[in-house]
Amino acid sequence: MSGKPIRVLVAKPGLDGHDRGAKVIAQALRDAGMEVIYTGLRQTPDQIVGAALQEDVAVVALSCLSGAHMHLFPAVVEGLRKQNADDILVLGGGIIPDEDIPELKSKGIAEIFTPGTSTQTIIEYIEGKVGKA
Amino acid sequence: MFEKDVLESIKEQRQKYNIKLEKLTAKRPERQPEFVTDSGIAINTVYTPEDIAGQKPDDLGFPGEYPYTRGVQPNMYRGRLWTMRQYAGFGTAEETNKRFRYLLEQGQTGLSVAFDLPTQIGYDSDDPLSMGEVGKVGVAIDSLLDMETLFDQIPLDKVSTSMTINSPAAILLAMYIAVAEKQGVKQEQLKGTIQNDILKEYVARGTYIFPPEHSMRLITDIFAYCAKNVPSWNTISISGYHIREAGSTAVQEVAFTLADGIAYVQAAIDAGLNVDDFAPRLSFFFNAHLNFFEEIAKFRAARRLWAKIMKERFGAQNAKSLMLRFHTQTAGCTLTAQQPDVNIMRVAYQALSAVLGGTQSLHTNSRDEALALPSDSSVLIALRTQQVIGYEIGAADTVDPLGGSYFVENLTNEIEQKAYEYIKKIDDLGGAPKAIEFMQKEIHTSAYKYQKDIENGTKVVIGVNKFQMQEDRPKDLLKVDPLVGQRQADKLVKLRAERDNEKVQKLLNDIKGVAATGENLMPYFIEAVKNYATLGEICGVLRGVFGEYQQQIVF
Repeated sequence: MSGKPIRVLVAKPGLDGHDRGAKVIAQALRDAGMEVIYTGLRQTPDQIVGAALQEDVAVVALSCLSGAHMHLFPAVVEGLRKQNADDILVLGGGIIPDEDIPELKSKGIAEIFTPGTSTQTIIEYIEGKVGKA
Repeated sequence: MFEKDVLESIKEQRQKYNIKLEKLTAKRPERQPEFVTDSGIAINTVYTPEDIAGQKPDDLGFPGEYPYTRGVQPNMYRGRLWTMRQYAGFGTAEETNKRFRYLLEQGQTGLSVAFDLPTQIGYDSDDPLSMGEVGKVGVAIDSLLDMETLFDQIPLDKVSTSMTINSPAAILLAMYIAVAEKQGVKQEQLKGTIQNDILKEYVARGTYIFPPEHSMRLITDIFAYCAKNVPSWNTISISGYHIREAGSTAVQEVAFTLADGIAYVQAAIDAGLNVDDFAPRLSFFFNAHLNFFEEIAKFRAARRLWAKIMKERFGAQNAKSLMLRFHTQTAGCTLTAQQPDVNIMRVAYQALSAVLGGTQSLHTNSRDEALALPSDSSVLIALRTQQVIGYEIGAADTVDPLGGSYFVENLTNEIEQKAYEYIKKIDDLGGAPKAIEFMQKEIHTSAYKYQKDIENGTKVVIGVNKFQMQEDRPKDLLKVDPLVGQRQADKLVKLRAERDNEKVQKLLNDIKGVAATGENLMPYFIEAVKNYATLGEICGVLRGVFGEYQQQIVF
């Protein structure tokens, strides 16, 4: 227990406006003691990378329900890599077909959480990877 | 509603019953410490006439009569069933046209167009911001050319069309009018609805472009234009659906939707329109969620409350101005990726609640929507679900079959009262456009509570927190061709090479000029789209004049 809270950026890449899930997760992570920044809607991958660096986060949690995840999620990982920030854990969630998951993981998204996942599962996953606050 | 001595006798019997009940529950506790609806309204063990003793006989009335609690038509579905209108759209206009014709062949009675996100936010398919989004959650429409393809061989004088489009609704309506003209159909023959509900975009759905005051102006331009030229068109569908999907309760859904409705009526009156000239063409859109009786009561309460608002607050005289007519969609957010076939049952009960609540039109969701866009076979089951309710089970054979149920009447009264209190609060904040963040906060609080209830097991979701099982995902999911974006972009290159660009530029300049004045923009949009100005170009001009809305982040 380092005592320093885990910082997480919750982001909505692309044009999708459904942010119920993103906000619920943001709140749940906050209630679990993490520091959470939510970017709001319609962020480009570049803007998300910029915000992640500026806020010095350990985790970026992306949410997309529009089907544009194959284009948008890897672009965030790639952007972080270019800024030498590939130590930041990138997670994805939303309506993601099973067959897309292996490709997303091969492109550096650490884990994908699909509908029905409990917020506790996500909290435990982050704490397992980044260390409990 | 009941004689005093009857109520006295029921009260006595109830006291005896309560004593019995207490003894019983002391020995054997009930399944749950408390029973409440999804809006948190306490549910009694049993309901009797006492529970509706305070209800005025006038609050119930007859169907087709003020305050329309029991429905907007005197005989409801005995005359005609609701419109079975499945929301559809994906990929290119060609592909969606094929799905439309398939659904019409299968007995669907109205079309409902889903547009992709770039179209909803006013970007052409070749805009960098459209990358990865083209054709994904709906059909990509860049210009009149796409609209012509979308409605190819579909007679617009016979089919009614609903278009789920908000921020650029005026431009898509202009395209629809232009396609009809090409088919030889006059605009006064057109039947259908544009969603055109921008306030819920700021509150819950997120596909806004312009700041509220400019969006409201586009909406009143549509009201004014259609009142004169497209008289059978529903100029707005004031939508609680997305508010509910964003996590609100049933009470909040009614309250926030009607508060938005009040804002539109006020804006149109402020723009100089007479309430009875536009109010008959206002329509609504609600969600049918899982809590069966609360949903039925919700529809009844919304109808009654709106009738009172229109009469008492806005002084509407025309009976049609007082009627809340609505489309319903079953709740997408209740569908699970786990055991997707169970979704068929969820949808059926939700659809039944909409019918028992008196809906005018209905979309039933498909079982695979938590996984992908619906496949042909899934959308067919969804449509058949409506047909079973309409033709086989007798639910449509009498009007408001649950009217007079002590429970449903009590719930209807409670929802009306609680929604009214919310509306008063929004009035105090200066009306819906000023209360956007308040509504967002209330919705988020409800959404978070709902999620917590699922995680702690208070709320059971089959397959998610109870009766889980190992399973394989279905294999026949619909996949949008990843090349659709490229195909749309190629089409745009060709379009820009072939059209009269000088004329397009002039028409775009006209729009720019008129946007800065108060003149009605609709005729200018129609002229521009007829000459193949694209949606992205027109919205680009408007962005220049109106600016763009910046979201306040609330959670």
